[in-house]
Amino acid sequence: MVAHRTDDAADFATSLIRAAGPDPSRLLQHLIAIQRRYSFIPPGAVGRLALGLDVTPVQITAAVEFYAFLHAEPRGDYDILFSNNITDHMQGSLTLFEALCVRLGVVPGTPRLDGRVTVDLTSCTGMCDQGPAALVNGLAVTRLNRARVDQIADLVEARTPLGDWPQELFAVADSIRRTDILLSRRETHGAGLRALLDRGVDAALAELERSGLRGRGGAGFSTAAKWRLCRDTPADAHYVVCNADEGEPGTFKDRVLLNAYADQVFEGMTLCAGVLGASQGYLYLRGEYLTLRPRLEAVLERRRQAGLLGQGILGRVGFDFDIEIHLGAGAYVCGEESALIESLEGKRGVTRKRPPFPAASGYLERPTVVDNVETLLASARILAEGAEWFREMGTSQSAGTKLLSVSGDCRAPGIYEYPYGVSVRQVLDDCGATEVQAVQVSGAAGVTLAPGEFDRVLAFEDLPTSGSFMVLDHRRDLLDLVQNFSHFFAHESCGFCTPCRVGSRLLRNLVDKVCAGRAGRYDLAEMRQIGGVMRATSHCGLGHTAPNAVLDTLTKFPEIYERRLRSDDFEPAFDLEGALAEARQLRGGEQQASGDRL
Amino acid sequence: MSLERSFRLDGQEIPFTEGQTLMDAALAAGEYIPHLCHNPALAPHGSCRLCVVGIKGRYVSACTQPAVAGIEVDNSSAELIGYRRALVQMLFVEGNHVCPACEKSGACQLQAVAYYLGMLAPHYTHFFPRRPLDASHPEFFIDHNRCILCELCVRASRDLDGKRVFAIAGRGTGSRLVVNAPSGRLGDSGFAATDRAAHVCPVGAILPKHRGYAVPIGHRLYDQQPISRVGDVAANERDP
Repeated sequence: MVAHRTDDAADFATSLIRAAGPDPSRLLQHLIAIQRRYSFIPPGAVGRLALGLDVTPVQITAAVEFYAFLHAEPRGDYDILFSNNITDHMQGSLTLFEALCVRLGVVPGTPRLDGRVTVDLTSCTGMCDQGPAALVNGLAVTRLNRARVDQIADLVEARTPLGDWPQELFAVADSIRRTDILLSRRETHGAGLRALLDRGVDAALAELERSGLRGRGGAGFSTAAKWRLCRDTPADAHYVVCNADEGEPGTFKDRVLLNAYADQVFEGMTLCAGVLGASQGYLYLRGEYLTLRPRLEAVLERRRQAGLLGQGILGRVGFDFDIEIHLGAGAYVCGEESALIESLEGKRGVTRKRPPFPAASGYLERPTVVDNVETLLASARILAEGAEWFREMGTSQSAGTKLLSVSGDCRAPGIYEYPYGVSVRQVLDDCGATEVQAVQVSGAAGVTLAPGEFDRVLAFEDLPTSGSFMVLDHRRDLLDLVQNFSHFFAHESCGFCTPCRVGSRLLRNLVDKVCAGRAGRYDLAEMRQIGGVMRATSHCGLGHTAPNAVLDTLTKFPEIYERRLRSDDFEPAFDLEGALAEARQLRGGEQQASGDRL
Repeated sequence: MSLERSFRLDGQEIPFTEGQTLMDAALAAGEYIPHLCHNPALAPHGSCRLCVVGIKGRYVSACTQPAVAGIEVDNSSAELIGYRRALVQMLFVEGNHVCPACEKSGACQLQAVAYYLGMLAPHYTHFFPRRPLDASHPEFFIDHNRCILCELCVRASRDLDGKRVFAIAGRGTGSRLVVNAPSGRLGDSGFAATDRAAHVCPVGAILPKHRGYAVPIGHRLYDQQPISRVGDVAANERDP
């Protein structure tokens, strides 16, 4: 194995601390930088970080073991992670994954003996409209096929530096398919900010309230109410956080918004800061979107030059605000706002208890607004165009439009902007989906819809959604989707509370038992019961929603289970035949020789 | 006036003062709500979920939920007891809990709560994880097989002892208690027998050495009375 040179790891850690100060909330960002440089977190760096940031070495170990993109042991020089979402599977990712492993001679998840390469799986990378996708040293590679896999294998074997790889491998298309009021304009030229400065904070909040804007992450809390609550909480500092940890399998709208509409997102953050009196904001960008970072930094710099960020924004004395990008490191739970805040503070992304809510006590225990990318963009446009402009679209409880990330079995996957109230059927027609068996709305944590429900509408009144919209046609075995999601949740459960930690693994095991054709009817009842416990008693939304796909399909698609059952009754988890297989194999030779029977 | 406020727990009036949680108020009133990760000396955590109670059909953890005047709180419905029993069963299959061979048997909160909730068997398929035993410290040992990840030792060491000896690493069922020492072993850490962290474990994960079976089985805390009457084992432990 090629030795990874880590003798300067402590010095590198020192340089990071020197650049950013002894701030423990920097820990995760430092670890990400170290991981990128050495392909793991060398012990020398751990010791130096602990000393410099006043954290214990074991707290660093705790964080490294929590985040999927951090490693205590070296990875390969090329770390290739295939996106493991059901849509990637449907596009043939697993065959390509195996092909690459064979071509390179690697065991999945283990660095090759020469240390050159690791090939592994990772949770959905947000490229469902152009999968199968992978990350190579954190950078997204799309539209994988056999030729591209061979090409990647050749590049790895030739030790071609990543910067010299053909750029078309890294091409990410926006694939915007339907635009409405939000996506029809790319620039605001500070119009929303000027409206805020001209009319004052109270008028701006009132405008936002009249617009009826609700959070786009799925929960749908009134944005104006959240901002007001935060502003009215007295504190020495307030913070604005943009939640760009778009980890829900099947969503990729934030990727597109940050790629093509970043100005408006940053303007929304700046507006929010103006309302709160905040001087610091953070964009928490999921690690999978590392590709976007340079462009986002450039947009921030341009806005500073234009007087839209920094000291005295638009010439207003005292309106000081800047935005910093923090990266995530492979943890779905960090999309939950309080886990995101923990992660922003450099810790393991474990959800906090509530109350208090972040608007009262969030980042560094200060009042904090955490808003979805799309929400912030909409707020910037509302201030520029007026509440009526927004209010005219949508339904009574769901003003405006919603971006959908459409993927799966359809002719035209991509981003669709619709007024709220659009029916599932309309979306299916528009994206060219036929022979549809089921639609998974809102991702793995969402709802599985059967054809009888396609007249339901996307709106807070009926189907609230984060925008993930995955289509499965009649060729698919829905149980593959259930199995994919149950593995996803067992992998992504943070482990804090009993029902989610243990329940998600019990569910995964039972789904595997069904898929292996070894389950009985008793196991289906068990799955319902465990799902019920998780839904009722879990600490946060992850645990509440983790059993959704299992519970939904048990009710709406019982046949996908029935045809795999071994019996109508109890089947033991212990597989006698399986357990004896190895012994039988070992005795195979003897048996023939002696005529003995096992 | 504010002193007069109360809520109803299974129909019974429970008085509370501003800032108290449902758990605080219930404990003060002598009412038992099952729990494992709660200890009044430490900030509430809400991770074991055993103290879930029903309010208007929703389930919340009593240890983290601020008391509100006039609410009806369900602490005994059949559905609720079923959930709690399932949670205990989950904890039993997640680790390796062999009561007959455990020094803590009879004075173990996990075992006592299981009895209280009418658990007759672990029910779910055991995970049988491989977990280590750390006997490196001269006075105490950690049997990770019995750890239920309640983080009481983590919090006591950090918030009461000012030491930060423990942390939880990993995630999901890969979560594990880790010790702050270069070797990762308790004996090489700053842990002392006099630490509060040494005396808050509700199960048999952190135990003193050299004191095996000082109280015979059958005469232990929960052998005499149910946990609903005598409360937490930590509160009953004599000074070390």
